[in-house]
Amino acid sequence: MEGQSVEELLAKAERDEAEKLQRITVHKELELEFDLGNLLASDRNPPTGLRHAGPTQEAELRALARDNTQLLINQLWQLPTDRVEEALVARLPEPTTRLPREKPVPRPRPLTRWQQFARLKGIRPKKKTNLVWDEGTGQWRRRWGYQRARDDTKEWLIEVPGNADPMEDQFAKRIQAKKERVAKNELNRLRNLARAHKMQLPSAAGMHPTGHQSKEELGRAMLVAKVSTASVGRFQERLPKEKAPRGSGKKRKFQPLFGDFAAEKKSQLEMLRIMNSKKPQLDVTRATNKQMREEDQEEAAKRRKMSQKGKRKGGRQGPGGKRKGGPPSQGGKRKGGLGGKMNSGRPGLSGKRKGGQHQGGKRRK
Amino acid sequence: MRPLTEEETRVMFEKIAKYIGENLQLLVDRPDGTYCFRLHNDRVYYVSEKILKLAANISGDKLVSLGTCFGKFTKTHKFRLHITALDYLAPYAKYKVWIKPGAEQSFLYGNHVLKSGLGRITENTSQYQGVVVYSMADIPLMIPVAPVRREGQHLFQQTSFCPVLQLRRAKHSMEVGVKI
Repeated sequence: MEGQSVEELLAKAERDEAEKLQRITVHKELELEFDLGNLLASDRNPPTGLRHAGPTQEAELRALARDNTQLLINQLWQLPTDRVEEALVARLPEPTTRLPREKPVPRPRPLTRWQQFARLKGIRPKKKTNLVWDEGTGQWRRRWGYQRARDDTKEWLIEVPGNADPMEDQFAKRIQAKKERVAKNELNRLRNLARAHKMQLPSAAGMHPTGHQSKEELGRAMLVAKVSTASVGRFQERLPKEKAPRGSGKKRKFQPLFGDFAAEKKSQLEMLRIMNSKKPQLDVTRATNKQMREEDQEEAAKRRKMSQKGKRKGGRQGPGGKRKGGPPSQGGKRKGGLGGKMNSGRPGLSGKRKGGQHQGGKRRK
Repeated sequence: MRPLTEEETRVMFEKIAKYIGENLQLLVDRPDGTYCFRLHNDRVYYVSEKILKLAANISGDKLVSLGTCFGKFTKTHKFRLHITALDYLAPYAKYKVWIKPGAEQSFLYGNHVLKSGLGRITENTSQYQGVVVYSMADIPLMIPVAPVRREGQHLFQQTSFCPVLQLRRAKHSMEVGVKI
């Protein structure tokens, strides 16, 4: 019995081995073509089993895929290996298949102005050396760029030419000329670029003063000049009767028509909630302000009556005293103008009595 | 056609809330479908999502109206409620006023309603409250713009009649049309 079971076990082990081998070795009529650089395996065997029309044959497709993948992996195991940070890595060879272009072919760029001119005249680029001998420093220096051979802005001694103004700064003149050349080059570069991309440069076409410009041109030039400051025209003053330019605001942006309905609903409900919760608060402030204003008006009317009825000399101080005590007591939320005016007006009157009588009369009116 | 901005929605909600109060959220959040407000040529339309998607296929200058017009925004951005909103506001109205059959015709032709023409009125209607006017057969008639002036609590100098409601004329009907 045990012997039999041992034999059985051995037989089973043998059978398992055979199966494994069978799994690893795949028999194909035509060998596959491998491009291990791209991890690609091409199978040229005719797919006889898959020719039947009808529902997809999942099982057969799966089996085919498994077989081909097994062959590819067998090939990968034969590659030379590396050890990279405790991992066994196969070194892939160079890919042999040429992959198609990812992006379309770039279209030819239009020629720059110089290139057009050179083509016309038949000028060919002359081959020049990279380094030039610089006499002054006694070194080989590059033809252009950093620490170039003949940089006239870096000279320490410049002879003033005979016809030049002796007070002129020749060094500054050279630096200025260099800056202008650089700016001109930059402008030309941008123009070439704009031509290549068929874009329009912001030009100063109508902005040069010629003497015969129309009203609209002058207006346009003025607007452009106004905006051409460091703060883009924000702090430019206007003439006394000048009106603000139309259409200079930002264009409004609205939500898209279909947006997110749920989000729209949520924001509207939120707004409603805030509206409903805020209601009593606002009413209280408005009511108190209204109340205070009414009280002020009543007091003002009373004051006027008393100053009219009572004698002037005697009557002035009384209301003045009351007045000084009155307004400061009403603190809280109020529009300050009314209170301030009352306080400033009255003490002056009560101070100047003799001269103030006439003024008082006028003010009362 | 575009959705309303925050400011415009707030102004519109404040106006509508005068008549229906918190029930406004039942208009915004409906169980039977997604309805939304859209602005077209300064008029606010209350339209279901389905119809909105159809209306989006019509160019703006040819589109006359869609859904239900609730009102319009004036040149100074104030919201004016239209009679076409009546069907949606009447069920949610907080304060209702019923007028007698005799006064009904006169009211619909633009005259004020006398106190004698007033049938019923909901309790606790404060002065200058927004109301919806019904006929005695419970048919909603009007959403008055200048709301009720109640002479009950404050008895001023007695006159023989006291104007109660002011009418604003209905201008627009509710058809969805395409200008051809």
